[in-house]
Amino acid sequence: MLSSFLIAVIAMCGLATLLALLMVIADLTLGNYGEVKITINDETEMTVEGGKPLLATLMGEKLFIPSACGGRGSCGFCKVKVVSDIGDYVATELPWITEEEKKENIRLSCQIKAKKDLAIQIPEELFNVKEYRTRVERIRDLTYDIKEVTLKLIDPLEIKFRAGQYIQFQTPEYELSSESVYRAYSCSSVPSRKDGVELEIRLVPNGICTTYVFQYMKEGDEVVINGPYGEFFLRDTDAEIVFIAGGSGMAPIKSILLDMAEKGIDRKATYFFGARTTRDLFLLDEMRELEKRLPRFKFVPALSAPTEEDKWTGQTGLITEVLDKHLKEGNNVEAYLCGSPGMIDASIGVLTKKGLPEQLIFYDKFA
Amino acid sequence: MTDGLFAFGVFFAAIFTNNILLTNYLGMCSFLAVSKELKTSFGLGMAVVFVMTCTSAINWLIYYYVLVPYDIVYLRFIAFIIVIAAFVQLVEMVIERLSDALYAALGIFLPLITVNCAILGASLFMVIREYTFVSGLAFGAGSGIGWAVAIIAMAGIRTKLNVRSKVPFGLTGAGITLIIAGIMALAFMGFAGMISIT
Repeated sequence: MLSSFLIAVIAMCGLATLLALLMVIADLTLGNYGEVKITINDETEMTVEGGKPLLATLMGEKLFIPSACGGRGSCGFCKVKVVSDIGDYVATELPWITEEEKKENIRLSCQIKAKKDLAIQIPEELFNVKEYRTRVERIRDLTYDIKEVTLKLIDPLEIKFRAGQYIQFQTPEYELSSESVYRAYSCSSVPSRKDGVELEIRLVPNGICTTYVFQYMKEGDEVVINGPYGEFFLRDTDAEIVFIAGGSGMAPIKSILLDMAEKGIDRKATYFFGARTTRDLFLLDEMRELEKRLPRFKFVPALSAPTEEDKWTGQTGLITEVLDKHLKEGNNVEAYLCGSPGMIDASIGVLTKKGLPEQLIFYDKFA
Repeated sequence: MTDGLFAFGVFFAAIFTNNILLTNYLGMCSFLAVSKELKTSFGLGMAVVFVMTCTSAINWLIYYYVLVPYDIVYLRFIAFIIVIAAFVQLVEMVIERLSDALYAALGIFLPLITVNCAILGASLFMVIREYTFVSGLAFGAGSGIGWAVAIIAMAGIRTKLNVRSKVPFGLTGAGITLIIAGIMALAFMGFAGMISIT
């Protein structure tokens, strides 16, 4: 009795061990694809262990492609464009791929495996979106209702963004808000400064986030941001640039200008900045400095309601009027707008009247 | 009857008169799930043919050279299933290594059929009916082909069904597929007098 029991156990263990051994050998030989190189958006390269699904491989590299099902091929979210040759579609991908996507070789990253060197393309923002713990390094008054907040990154230590993009600022729970909320703010700092971001935040009466920033947040506090996001960045062309901003719409434009100055991008550029009185003007010295660094750049502030004390000698009138006066024609011009919806809509009206096609007008509206 | 002729008979019987899918109703889940499209069901069918043939052979050897000598045939279920699982995994790795095209066509279905009861069923029938090695191999191949024929036929019917027929709402999907499978089984019973296997 005992012996037959032992024989059974030994035979089964032997069989299982044999098969397991076979699998281990196969895994080390057949399943071993060595290291493969993944090139993302032509610029970033990562060397990873080959043979695993692309989604999991990228996740291992802390690159998060959106996926709801966790790589089982049942949500169809984790699409990436594969530039290099990776073979035919597998049957489990097909239900999620449209005919147009087929032409572009858009694949489900959880169903394809990184068996050889790959080149893929993903939206830039996916590539960089992360959550950052930061410390408030400095809070500075730009005007009576706009503060410049400098955040120093704690973890991760570096952020990569394009000039003009925005981050989301997490307002923690505090007296006025029982839940933490997110608000988007454009980065005003130059992208080459990777260890932190600078935001320009204008007080919104009774705004949850701005009230927190203006009345509760102190230097040295820890705040959480995530990003970067957005398509509002300088297009790589030779066209003349028109910047239009008002209030804290200054932030992304300042970032773009600093970036241009640093990279030596010499394009004809005019920056129309709208304000009510001189009380609302800020960073004038920085703009003069930028005019020196960028020979073909001109900063045109305009006051809509200057008072006697202002002793204003510059442009007056609504920004749309100033724009209308200065912009000759919309030929070979790109426009970048940032500010309140009212200002943006009115400016788009002027620009299209001048003959600017809508696809060359880029804007970031404050909701 | 010679062994060779018997094996030939078993092969045909497994396809037609004793079709493992339509007479034993084994392997239903993947039959219902993957029979929507002709192309995918062809791929799955071919994968089943291949795996069933090979696992029948391996399991025959395991059964008669390991399980029977040590008198532990009651362990055949677990032994067969781990052999099938390991084999399928191995084949998937080989195919993936060798050919992207073959992997796209066949390999992707392999994990699906690791737990396909028709595969285990074929091995179990083979030992219950005490086939010789050659007959067992013929039975495995025949059962696989029979299963493939059934799923491909079903996919063809369902493709036509989608275009031509107004299926009552309550019967769409698995409902109408099961009814069709039943009618197909009846049709296959028409072969019953041709060959019989024990």
